[in-house]
Amino acid sequence: MKLVAVTSCPTGIAHTYMAAEAIEQAAKAAGHDIAVETQGAAGATPIPPEVIAAADAVIFAADVEVRGRERFAGKPTIQTSVKRGINGAAELISEAAEAAAAAAANHSELESGAILAAADRADLAGTSASGLSTKVESGASVGARLRQWLMTGVSYMIPFVAAGGILIALSFLFGGASVATKVNGGTFNGHTYAAITDPTKILSQVGFAGVMFYIGSTAFKMLVPILAGFIAFAMADRPGLVPGIVAGLLAVAVGCGFLGGLLGGLLAGAVTLAILRVKVPRALAGVMPVVIIPLVTTFVVGVVMIVVIGKPIASAQSSLTDWLNGLSGTNSVVLGILLGAMMAFDMGGPVNKVAYTFGLASLASGNTKIMAAVMAAGMVPPLACAFASAVRPRLFTSTERKAGEAAWLLGLSFITEGAIPFAAADPLRVIPSMMAGSAVTGGLSMAFGATSRAPHGGIWVVGLIGNPGLYVLAILAGMLIGATALIALKSLRGDVVETEPQAQAASAAVVPGNVVPA
Amino acid sequence: MSTLTTPELIDLNLDAGDRAAATRLLAQRLAAAGRVSDLDGFLADVAAREAQMPTGLEGGIGIPHARSSHVSEPSLAFGRTDAGVDFGAEDGPAHLIFLIAAPSGGGADHMTILAALARRLVHASFREALTEVTDAAAAADMITREVGGA
Repeated sequence: MKLVAVTSCPTGIAHTYMAAEAIEQAAKAAGHDIAVETQGAAGATPIPPEVIAAADAVIFAADVEVRGRERFAGKPTIQTSVKRGINGAAELISEAAEAAAAAAANHSELESGAILAAADRADLAGTSASGLSTKVESGASVGARLRQWLMTGVSYMIPFVAAGGILIALSFLFGGASVATKVNGGTFNGHTYAAITDPTKILSQVGFAGVMFYIGSTAFKMLVPILAGFIAFAMADRPGLVPGIVAGLLAVAVGCGFLGGLLGGLLAGAVTLAILRVKVPRALAGVMPVVIIPLVTTFVVGVVMIVVIGKPIASAQSSLTDWLNGLSGTNSVVLGILLGAMMAFDMGGPVNKVAYTFGLASLASGNTKIMAAVMAAGMVPPLACAFASAVRPRLFTSTERKAGEAAWLLGLSFITEGAIPFAAADPLRVIPSMMAGSAVTGGLSMAFGATSRAPHGGIWVVGLIGNPGLYVLAILAGMLIGATALIALKSLRGDVVETEPQAQAASAAVVPGNVVPA
Repeated sequence: MSTLTTPELIDLNLDAGDRAAATRLLAQRLAAAGRVSDLDGFLADVAAREAQMPTGLEGGIGIPHARSSHVSEPSLAFGRTDAGVDFGAEDGPAHLIFLIAAPSGGGADHMTILAALARRLVHASFREALTEVTDAAAAADMITREVGGA
C-alpha cells in the first residue's frame, strides 16, 4: 500500500521529526511505502504531486495547520495529533490501511452499479470518506490551476449532461418533439398547450415520453449548480461546495447560464479560501465548519450573484432583445449569422436565450425561417465539439472525449448544452470556434430559406422542416467550420497534458447503461 | 558550527524533583557553555512551549525544547535520572531528558541537525544506548556520532 503523511508541531524542531521517523519506521515494518513531509523549522520539501496522486491514504499527524492541505483533497485521510504520530505510529498505519481499504471497497461497490457510467475512474481512484476528488495539483501555474479547477467542475457535470440530455433526446425520439411543449406549455406546430405544474400528472396527460422529458430536464437543471459547486470544491475543498452550488443555482435563477455559473464557482472558491484564512478564537473554531463558513460564504456569494451579476445581465438581455427587434427589417442572412453566433456564445445562457426567444417570437408571428436558423445554429456546438474530439482526440482530455461521445446525440436533438463541458473547460478556444460555426449555419439556413414549424427537437422534427436537404447541409457546414476552428485553436496550444492519473484511459464512455469496468 | 552537544552538557545523574527543576539544571549547563545568553529568558521560552502541551513521550523520555532568541546555536543538553521526572507522559515519568535549544532566527540549514536528533530519539536502540552509557564523554560521543553533526 502506498501512504503519504504530513507531520507538524508548534515549535517545529522536535515532534515533527520524531513523528516522521516513527511513522516511516512503522510503515516500513508493516510493509507499506510511505513518503513523509515534515513541515518543521528545517523547511519542508513538498511531496511530489505524482506521489500524492498514487497514494492510497493520507496521515496528518499535526498540531498546527497542515500547509497545502488541498493537495491531499479527496484521499482517505487520518487526522491526528503529532504526539500520536510518535507514540501510536503502528496503530496509525493500520488505521490508514483500513481507511484505504474501506475507500477501495466503497469504490468497487460504486463501480458495480451502472449509475456511475460517466464517472471518471480518476475520480473514483481518489474516493475518500467524502467520496469526492479533484484534479488539482500543487505547484501548478495559475493558468494550469484554473484549468484544473474548471476540469474538476466539468468532470462532475458531465454525467448530468449525459443523463439529462440523453433522456430528453430519447423522449423526443419516442414521443415526438412536442413532448417538451406539452410538459412545459407553449405552442408547437400551431397547437397551444398549458404547462403541467404537477409532475405526477405528466404520465396521464403526456405519456411516458413526457415523464422522460421531465426527468431529463430536472437532471439538466443541476448542470450549472454542479459545475459551479465542483469548481469551488476544487479550489477550497469541501467548504467550497455549498457556496459553489448555491452560486450555480442563483446563476440559473438570474438567467446567466453556465458562464455565470463558472464565474460563480470561481467566486465561491475564492471567498471560501479567504474565509478559511481568517483566524478565529478557539471558542468559535468548533462552529466554523458547520455554521459560520457555509453561512458567510453562501451569503456573500449569493449577494454578488443576484445584485452584482444578475441585475446587469437582466438589463443587458432586455436591451439586446430590443436591438434584435429593431433589426427585423435588415438582410435576413446577416440576421441569421448574428442569431447563430448568439446561440453559440453561452449555450443556454442569457445571450442564447435572447436569440432563442427571438426565434420563438418570430415563430409565433408566423416567420418560420428565423426559427429554423436559430435551431440549426443551436445544433452546431455539440456536433462540432463531438466531431473535433473524434478526429483529433489528442487535443482533448479523456473527460472531454467522453463528453464528445454523448454530444452527438445532444447536438442532433438541438440540446446546445451538450457543448458546455467543452466550453467550460476551455472557454477562450471553444466559444469563438463554436460562434463561427453556428454563425455560418445560421446564415446558410436563412440563405437557403429553410423553415421550421417546431420550436425545438432538432433532427427529430425533420418532418416539420421546410427544405430539409439544404437545412442539413447548413448544419454540416457549420459543424465542419466550428470543428476546424476549434482544432486549429487547440493545436496552437499543443497536445493536452493529462493531469489525471493513469487510470483515465480505462474509463467508460458517457453512454447510459454502460457499466464502468471493475 | 560546533557540535550539537558536549560532555559538559550531559548530566547522567540528574537530581531534580520536577520538570522545572530538571529543565533549569540542564539549561544552566547550556548557559555555562555560552550557548544560552539569558538563562531565565530561555527558561521562560521553554516553559511557554511546555505549557502548550507537555513534552513527555511514552517510553520514559521528556523533550523540553524551544526556539529562543537567547540561544546562539542548536544545542542539546541531556540528563538521565533513575528516579524519573514527570513530563506529562501518560505512561509515567521520564528517565531520559533532552533539552533542545534552537536559535529563533536560525535558517533551515541550522535546524537540520535538530531534525536529525529528533529522528534518532524515536529509535529504541538509541534510547537504550543512552540508558546504559556510563560516562558523559561516551554519551556525547555517541549522540554526535548517531546524529551525524560535527
